[in-house]
Amino acid sequence: MIRVLLPTITLLCALLLVMLPLPDIITPFRPDWVAMVALYWAFAVPRHFGLFMAWMAGLLLDVSQGTLLGQHALGLVVITVIALHMHQRVRVSPLLQQSLFVMFLLLLKQTLVLWVSGMIGRAPDDPWLYFASPFVAMLFWPLIFVILRDLRRRYNVG
Amino acid sequence: MQPLFQNGGGPILRFLLLAVLSIILMVADHRDQYVDQVRTILFTAISPLQYTAALPARSAEWTYAQFATNRALHERVDRLQRENLQLSARQQKFETLLAENDRLRELLDASAKRDERVLVAELLAVDLDPFRQQVIVNRGSRAGIYRGQPVIDAGGVMGQVINTGPFTATVLLLSDPDHALSVQINRNGLRTIAAGRGDPERLELLYIPNSADVRVDDLVATSGLDGRFPANYPVGRVTEVNRRPGQAFAEVAVRPLANLDRSREVLMVWPDQGQEEARRAVHEHPDFEVEVMPDGTAGDGSTIVTPESTAPTPPADDATVIPEGEADDLPGEGGGEAP
Repeated sequence: MIRVLLPTITLLCALLLVMLPLPDIITPFRPDWVAMVALYWAFAVPRHFGLFMAWMAGLLLDVSQGTLLGQHALGLVVITVIALHMHQRVRVSPLLQQSLFVMFLLLLKQTLVLWVSGMIGRAPDDPWLYFASPFVAMLFWPLIFVILRDLRRRYNVG
Repeated sequence: MQPLFQNGGGPILRFLLLAVLSIILMVADHRDQYVDQVRTILFTAISPLQYTAALPARSAEWTYAQFATNRALHERVDRLQRENLQLSARQQKFETLLAENDRLRELLDASAKRDERVLVAELLAVDLDPFRQQVIVNRGSRAGIYRGQPVIDAGGVMGQVINTGPFTATVLLLSDPDHALSVQINRNGLRTIAAGRGDPERLELLYIPNSADVRVDDLVATSGLDGRFPANYPVGRVTEVNRRPGQAFAEVAVRPLANLDRSREVLMVWPDQGQEEARRAVHEHPDFEVEVMPDGTAGDGSTIVTPESTAPTPPADDATVIPEGEADDLPGEGGGEAP
């Protein structure tokens, strides 16, 4: 039970963080918390964290952001399937390398999301600004990793 | 134990399935309103999160209010009292004008306009996708908010509701690139369309010929022709008219009068119900005939006597809808059931 509950709760917390209002200037730099948490669970407990959960989290992200239904969901599913595939290699690598890998995946997701936005004619004026968010996420990855790992160990998940 | 999600052939298949499903959802969401139900359900599911996310901003506001100095509050009360006095003075004049207008309309036998019903809603301080011009308000379908409902603020028209949950609703602002509404230039009644451009300070008027009489500082108001926004609400002022000799149409920019990016309280408007329903009935059921009662009787048989005049009362309340076929049957072959 807790195997499903803990990822769900942490994903919802991440969603809350995404919705939290920030000053307009730093909004583009906001790391994609939901994707980071989903990636953590995909690396840590790939047997229990499924694609469907990542997809649902993506749909909720879409609704909360007012984007097209499926836009973030597609991006999350794509990076989660890569993470699930690579988890054995990533899990044993040092935090710095993990951070780089996470940044690469988040860049991929951001590209997908922006691509869809562009296709429906909603490209932002300065799209390059929005590629900064994965770099910020890279800086926050160790923090997320440590918090979620402690939670996972306390509740004995995986 | 059977692992729920194992590595192997499964994930790839599942991935393809979910990816295709996402794409179908996106296309359906973009093209049409097929997936509105899904969106409403998900939207309802996250509304507690939206309220929670708005909490810090709200509590900061509350704290600020608690620590506001006595003097600041006094000044504020003074200012509001002055404003109230001015507004009520203006309101008196407005009332008399309204009565006069009603009387004239009755003489012309035009349908009367009732006051629109409004409800104050607050914006929830929630961050949305930065590419879209949307806001969330703290009223939803429980308060009677419906899809397509006009939203205004103290300055003018703000936008319309595009999605409702029970306790929250999403409002698409005028400035969103997907938004356009039917407007007219107040000075000469020139009708046109105001479309958003993704900038809260700028709308664009479409299809204005180079020779059209549009000047900077003209007031642009809703025309009511789109059937969504009630007529004569201010939208914005013309800031720029750029006549391009080589092109078919002039480029006209309008600055919205509503504070699209600063308002905190908005008004949800229910347009004149009688008119709306009548229009909808005609629109949705072309076979139906909207029956207008020419004599002074309302639908329930009671006679309306207005103190001002004995002129025919416009059927604002009781636009009775009678299907054409039945209406034909009623007077002639009504005896069919008698024996």
